[in-house]
Amino acid sequence: MSIRLEKPWLALNSENVNRLQGQLGVYQIANQQKEILSINYAGGRSLFGLQGDLTDLLEKTQGETLYFRVEVNMQYMTRHEELLMIHVADFGELPEHNQKIRKHKLGKLSIA
Amino acid sequence: MDFDMTPEQQLIIDNVRRFVREEVIPLEEKMDPDASAPPPEDLERLKNQVRDMGLYGLGIPPEFGGPDVGIVTQTLMAIEMAQHRGGLYSPCFGAFGGAGLAQLFEATEDQKERYLYPVLKGEKHGFFGLTEPSGGSDPARAIQTRAVKEGDDWVLNGAKIFISGADKADFGILFARTDPDAGRGGITCFLVDTDMPGFHVRRVVHTLRSTHYATEIQIENLRIPAANVLGEVNKGFGIANDRLSRQRIPYAAGCIGVAIKAQEMAVDYVKIRETFGAPLATRQSIQWMIVDNEIDIRTSRFVTLDAALRSEKGESFRTEAAMAKLLASEAGGRVVDRVMQIHGGYGMTKDLPLERWYREMRIRRIGEGPSEVQRLVMARDIIGGSFH
Repeated sequence: MSIRLEKPWLALNSENVNRLQGQLGVYQIANQQKEILSINYAGGRSLFGLQGDLTDLLEKTQGETLYFRVEVNMQYMTRHEELLMIHVADFGELPEHNQKIRKHKLGKLSIA
Repeated sequence: MDFDMTPEQQLIIDNVRRFVREEVIPLEEKMDPDASAPPPEDLERLKNQVRDMGLYGLGIPPEFGGPDVGIVTQTLMAIEMAQHRGGLYSPCFGAFGGAGLAQLFEATEDQKERYLYPVLKGEKHGFFGLTEPSGGSDPARAIQTRAVKEGDDWVLNGAKIFISGADKADFGILFARTDPDAGRGGITCFLVDTDMPGFHVRRVVHTLRSTHYATEIQIENLRIPAANVLGEVNKGFGIANDRLSRQRIPYAAGCIGVAIKAQEMAVDYVKIRETFGAPLATRQSIQWMIVDNEIDIRTSRFVTLDAALRSEKGESFRTEAAMAKLLASEAGGRVVDRVMQIHGGYGMTKDLPLERWYREMRIRRIGEGPSEVQRLVMARDIIGGSFH
């Protein structure tokens, strides 16, 4: 299993979001250039899991062209942290919308 | 054996119980059901409250600034501290502090300056690197990471797995083979800085726990000065083994704490939940589950406190600690399973902590030595070492 989330990007629109289930898991949001803007998770307190979180995001970002990809994962918290660490290992910093996370609190991976 | 609490112990336990119920559990109600850390400002507030209670730095010897609390009292506290959703692996979110790596108290003064004192001040964090892909229950044979002397340095090559916190640590205690032909007499313990060239955390290892992942480490031509040998060359097995025995008592106590909390939930629920016109509490099948839980909890508690008392008195406690770890981890699993059954569908949901405890309690039968190894340890003591 690849440790990176490498599924194809989907346009963030109601058609694609409605296809999602209410499962728990992680998701990434990207801009038109497919640069990752944020890495998040739909956890145990989300009302409708991945579908609920992305529906909320869709409503808040009306008019913007965004992309998303998801991974259904019951270990959403450790997977979320892992994806953040991979992003830092790849790009040297956290995604634009995850800047509030304290980078020094994240672990460091040396990905071979 | 007399396990009646002294007035001082009772006061401490009452304080810890109040702290868990009034400070810790309300915070968890706002957190993700799988989370183990509150916002930093809340954690700092909790730590200050623990400092005010005079209990901060649990496990740190008083001469190094820890509270003067005996092992029995610490065990009673550990039972209380685990009684919340994240309590099995993050009792009170770590608000009681503690050194974590007790081996450092035996380090040289130079090593204490570089590692122990910064840990006690919260400036550095360490990891414990024992288990390898070839196994963790039999370190005498499973350790394949090699350390070869080159001039004044040691050069290490190998891999470690299921290591907690290595990706966030500043240093670690790492075990390597220094004599390939000497079995348990050929292992040495090293202090390794994680920024040394050749130290790599290669991946996160996801498990049933959704927080506090483990990591896999690769060590490639990692050069360590001789001054970083902890203890004596080829005497590392004793350091590892001592830690494993001591750790079994608080490990058992955590399982008991969660089992007590689950049982408390069950006792409350069976009085209010009705089926076929009568409370669950009137059903014999349910009553027996509650009674079996109580037997599991009381036997585990008795054996664990016996191990703690022997340890506190300086007596041999290896068999008792192994027995406590085996009993409490298996009993805890049974208790949580029965309480889930009593709660029916709700027991499976993330609304209640039971499903998290169910996953985490399963790990407890493996972590710190699986049940089978605990039996092996006891058999060696009972029958005699030459028959293993």
